[in-house]
Amino acid sequence: MLGFVLRRLLAALPTLFAVLTLVFVIVRIVPGDPALVILGDQATPEAAAAVRARLGTDQPLWRQYIAFLGAAATGDFGSSMVTNRPILAEVSAVLPHTVDLTAASMVIGIVIGIPAGIWAALHRNRAIDVAARLLSLLGLSFPVFVSGIYLLLLFALHWRWFPVISNADLDDPLDRLHKVLLPAVALGLTMAAYITRVTRGAMLASLSEDYIRTARAKGVPWRRVVWVHGLRNASIPIVTVVGLYVGILIGNSVLTEIVFNRPGLGKVIVGALNQRDYTMLQGLMVIYCFLIVVVNLITDLLYGVIDPRVKQT
Amino acid sequence: MTPALAIAGLRTEFRIGGAWHPAVSDLSLDLMPNETLALVGESGCGKSVTAMSVMGLIRPPVGRVTGGRILLEGRDIAGLPEAELESVRGDRMAMIFQEPMTALNPVMTVGDQVAESLRIHRGLSRTEALGRARALFEEVKIPSAAARLGEYPHQFSGGMRQRVMIAVALACDPAVLLADEPTTALDVTIQAQVLGLLSDLRARHGMAVLFITHNLGVVAQIADRVAVMYAGQIVEQGPVGAIFARPAHPYTRALFAAIPRLDRPDQALSAIGGRVPPLDAMPDGCRFAPRCPLRRAGCELPQTLEPLSEEHAVRCHVAAHA
Repeated sequence: MLGFVLRRLLAALPTLFAVLTLVFVIVRIVPGDPALVILGDQATPEAAAAVRARLGTDQPLWRQYIAFLGAAATGDFGSSMVTNRPILAEVSAVLPHTVDLTAASMVIGIVIGIPAGIWAALHRNRAIDVAARLLSLLGLSFPVFVSGIYLLLLFALHWRWFPVISNADLDDPLDRLHKVLLPAVALGLTMAAYITRVTRGAMLASLSEDYIRTARAKGVPWRRVVWVHGLRNASIPIVTVVGLYVGILIGNSVLTEIVFNRPGLGKVIVGALNQRDYTMLQGLMVIYCFLIVVVNLITDLLYGVIDPRVKQT
Repeated sequence: MTPALAIAGLRTEFRIGGAWHPAVSDLSLDLMPNETLALVGESGCGKSVTAMSVMGLIRPPVGRVTGGRILLEGRDIAGLPEAELESVRGDRMAMIFQEPMTALNPVMTVGDQVAESLRIHRGLSRTEALGRARALFEEVKIPSAAARLGEYPHQFSGGMRQRVMIAVALACDPAVLLADEPTTALDVTIQAQVLGLLSDLRARHGMAVLFITHNLGVVAQIADRVAVMYAGQIVEQGPVGAIFARPAHPYTRALFAAIPRLDRPDQALSAIGGRVPPLDAMPDGCRFAPRCPLRRAGCELPQTLEPLSEEHAVRCHVAAHA
């Protein structure tokens, strides 16, 4: 198992390296001199040269590249061009909100999606299955800014169980849970819809395998056949979808953050885009890619835990 | 002596295009303790369906058992509720399957797969059950048993996997073992070893074995009695010596004729022309008649199993009155 973990970790390194290189190139390709963007069109050549020297953009490209890689390796992503605050500080200020939302949505998605998918698979082509499929299609076709607004109307305005502005106090776990619930339901229901579909398909496949018949021939109770023998063999595609979706949630929850008025990584990214904060964008891209690589690494490691055959390759 | 397994008038149906058609009809056989009965026939004749019906593994909406009694050690288990069947399955009767490559759960250690039935039927703890599994591995002659308990099926060869399957089946010391072509997927030398192992185990545990196969060579090696099935019916039944010396039913004879002989040069392979009638177009009379070289008047009538001698019976009016 340890060898497997080390191999996966080593395999993640080239990905990170490629990502860093790509980000570096993209930022350099974007037209316009960052110094002039910061100072404006009327800047004197001396002032511009001073800013270039501070940013390091007067150096040859290979030097900038090495400096960039070195900084990234030590966790230094530079400072925002607009606020001058370190990017890492900006990100770590909002990251807990994003992690809360992502984790809570994931839990809701799994807790609803897996049982619903299994239930649909066990009642294939009967009313329950059709209902589950229709509901999950509905869930997939509802954008979060619509479902979010309905949830707010019902649970925040009509019943007043939840706040309209979900900016939680990070030091108060109960407050965090209370304020993450509504946006997490909005995101989690869509995720549950995906998981339901994948679980249904994977369970239909695994329940028709020979080892299920063997388990039944051993006298294993049906419930255990389904939840132990069937589900474990069906879990690779389920874990894949959860991993992909968590990756999407981390960066793409900006709509949810806007609808529910919560801070988060998505809002920071959109803010940097609006302000043309290039250094911020560069740092955010690297951090975002790093998070995606970590999620994929966890997914890969889970494959190995679920299916011993994966560890061999 | 009570038979370990007595099937009387078994009828199992499957749904085809909205209507139910029998895949096994009026099947009766007795299986004594420490006896091996070979159930022989070509693919699709209902051999596996018979075994699956006994195990109670055929359930709506796919199929259903609509008639007959299945007496396991004298107790009728046909139509028992699923929960009661679960307590019998894997305990008093067990089954092994043709494909050792796919019949074991790939994500569960083989030790846990053997231990599972002991934990369910005997209420053993995991440690106790694994200890028992280790003894079973030694009994089915898996080398370095203790070390291999924690391995997964993909780390075993086909023959070793089939030994694991046998250990799973033997875990609770069943009275009846249903073996559905357990050696068909193995190569010939491994096949001989596994057959030898099954004979030993049957003798040691006094099990009744229903051995399903289409390989007459295997039948000669392992069986005490033979039942030949065709299109869902037993067409001939008798001691292995009598069937091999005097096969009576034209279908049984055709099966023997289809075996190539090493002592004669340059022979054309003999195959049975035509095919098994489909479930939804079964003839009323003899089901083999459309393919039978001896077909004559009277074959269009339903055939009954007629005794030839005390233990030898045939479902063919021509052979019975020859």
